[in-house]
Amino acid sequence: MSDPLSLPWLLPAPADFRARIKAARTAEDLDPRAATGLAAHALDLSQLGQLGRLLAARHDEFAGMGRLRPITIGIAATHTADLVAEALPGTGLRHGLLVTTHQVDYGQTAQALLDSKSSLAEAKPDFVLLALDALALGLARPFFDQAEAEAAVQSALDYVISLRDGAKSNVGAGAILHTLAPPVETLFGSFDARQPGSVRWMIGRFNQRLASEAIGEADMLLDMAALAETVGLAHWHDPLRWHDAKMPFALDAIPLYADHVCRLLAAARGLSRKCLVLDLDNTLWGGVIGDDGVEGIRLGQGSAAGEAHLAIQSLAMDLRRRGIVLAVCSKNEEAAALIPFREHDEMVLKEEHISCFVANWTDKATNLKAIAQTLNIGTDALVFLDDNPAERERVRQELPEVAVPEVGEEPADYVRLLAMAGYFEAVSFGEEDRKRAEMYQANAQRSSAMQKIGNLDDYLASLEMTCSIRPFDELGRARVAQLINKSNQFNLTTRRYTEGEVATIESDPGKFTMQVRLVDRFGDNGMISVVVFDKGDQAWRCDTWLMSCRVLGRRVEEAVLAHVAKAARAEGAIQLIGEYLPTAKNVLVEKHFEKLGFHFAGELAGGGTSWVLDLADYRLPELPMDVRSSEEAGQQRTGVLA
Amino acid sequence: MERTEITEKLTEIMEDVFDVDDLEYSDSLSAADIEDWDSLSNIRFMVAVEKAFGVRFTNSEIEGLDNIGQMADLIRSKQA
Repeated sequence: MSDPLSLPWLLPAPADFRARIKAARTAEDLDPRAATGLAAHALDLSQLGQLGRLLAARHDEFAGMGRLRPITIGIAATHTADLVAEALPGTGLRHGLLVTTHQVDYGQTAQALLDSKSSLAEAKPDFVLLALDALALGLARPFFDQAEAEAAVQSALDYVISLRDGAKSNVGAGAILHTLAPPVETLFGSFDARQPGSVRWMIGRFNQRLASEAIGEADMLLDMAALAETVGLAHWHDPLRWHDAKMPFALDAIPLYADHVCRLLAAARGLSRKCLVLDLDNTLWGGVIGDDGVEGIRLGQGSAAGEAHLAIQSLAMDLRRRGIVLAVCSKNEEAAALIPFREHDEMVLKEEHISCFVANWTDKATNLKAIAQTLNIGTDALVFLDDNPAERERVRQELPEVAVPEVGEEPADYVRLLAMAGYFEAVSFGEEDRKRAEMYQANAQRSSAMQKIGNLDDYLASLEMTCSIRPFDELGRARVAQLINKSNQFNLTTRRYTEGEVATIESDPGKFTMQVRLVDRFGDNGMISVVVFDKGDQAWRCDTWLMSCRVLGRRVEEAVLAHVAKAARAEGAIQLIGEYLPTAKNVLVEKHFEKLGFHFAGELAGGGTSWVLDLADYRLPELPMDVRSSEEAGQQRTGVLA
Repeated sequence: MERTEITEKLTEIMEDVFDVDDLEYSDSLSAADIEDWDSLSNIRFMVAVEKAFGVRFTNSEIEGLDNIGQMADLIRSKQA
């Protein structure tokens, strides 16, 4: 996986970045949105500088867009912070912020914060970044006495707190306080960890106390120690840059550091993301549920891929527990997409954890808009996690405000990249956060029920389906036999027949057979259902009824029933009899006959249930598809089967 | 790497770091010729060059450079 310094969750900067900046700088009509889009890339220090200068030159046009939150940040540092100041405005664009900086002169930190008439106070910053280093705080050299060491830590904290209070009372700003990055160099070696007064010991103690004692209500903590450790201390600290320019860390780390500052500012302005939208196939599990079935997907202990997908689910679950709303956006049949949530033992995420579940064939940008609407949040509150680069690209184009992490092909990287991106940065955590996911869920249920009543048939009609039904024949025989032998889930009786047996059934006048194909506007689904009934004088008994899960929820089974019912009536039968023979895999169709209007007729010896449909009571349905059958003369239009 | 390749790459880096367009390269180019070339952007420049060529300059090497031509020679000697 890439280096955190390269901001690997973002797309690389476009090759013509400079040309685009130049064009924007000289354009008569600046498109601030396009310039803002540039900030969504992994920009280096020079590029952030160029973007920042564009922002300064055309400030009013960016402000006029009305989508960016203005924020002023004062920078009071005990080292060179000019390059950080230069990187912040460009980075701020990435987080929806229009950042203005005001830098305190080198060595003037205390004066600026303790004087209510300082130029810093006059700039009226919203926050002051207090960038103090270990040297300035007296923690860069060891003490060999515990009391002295504790006193040094205490005095460093007192100093920080006095500056924080100065920011509040003299400048009217909250403070952003840093933990300190531990040094690479030890004095004793591992023993430093045990020796009060070693630099590592003092910095550890200072960081702990700073986090628990020094952060007031208006203030925020930037955990620079954690950031530096994530990068690697030997990369973070660059002694030559410290000596020749008083740079507190390597220049390469500035874009990452600036991103962390802007995350905090965005969180303080309520701009952190609120909802994680998850793709399913090859994101929450390995494989494709529609093709591989619940037994075939890779999820859970025992395989590297299965565990990686499990880790993604665990992260999502933990995010939910801290108040991030979860949604699903998948190109799938809803019924198939739900199967793992209901049946797979190792799923961490269950249906009840997903506040808005969208599985259909509509494009994802449209679905993301619908999800945001259902949850009553903006699309700029969404993070969209999808393994498919084409889907990511499309969403970025259609909805640039949605955060789309560039996760690559290795699911084992997803958790780290998502966490590194910091989309859900928080500056507090309270009771409301804990309850938020449930609150959104209640909203979503109401709203999705309303949408469903209004739209299901419209949606099905929009698929422009043509269902063609004909008896078994030589042409379809091999495929019929294949389906009979491999269908597990949507299979009422799970009776297996060889191709030879299928040929016998085909020519048996006592059998009524159907092979069903479905074409929709997305293409030909091929043969998706196989049905065999035994003809009796009074009653026709269903021997085999199976269907591909890809077309669940399309009402194809109703078209099938209408077809057989009509044929049975024409030959004088008065009943259809259905049987459900349970297996480990076909619980999906336990209520199949009941849903189609059959009456329960009793338990079968040896397990299973029997169902009866009285043909006298049966009404042919109106269906949202064109049904064509070879027995009928000509072709008939939608729903007019009678 | 040929010296011309080095100087072409250096020109691109200078354009990027000092934010100037269509820079005319000459060996005698130095901070005096470019408006935004101050001590801080000089460091940015050094770091960008180090990264682009996969080399590391010592402080005394940096301080000993009078113009961009000398830098190209230094890079060449480090890559040899």
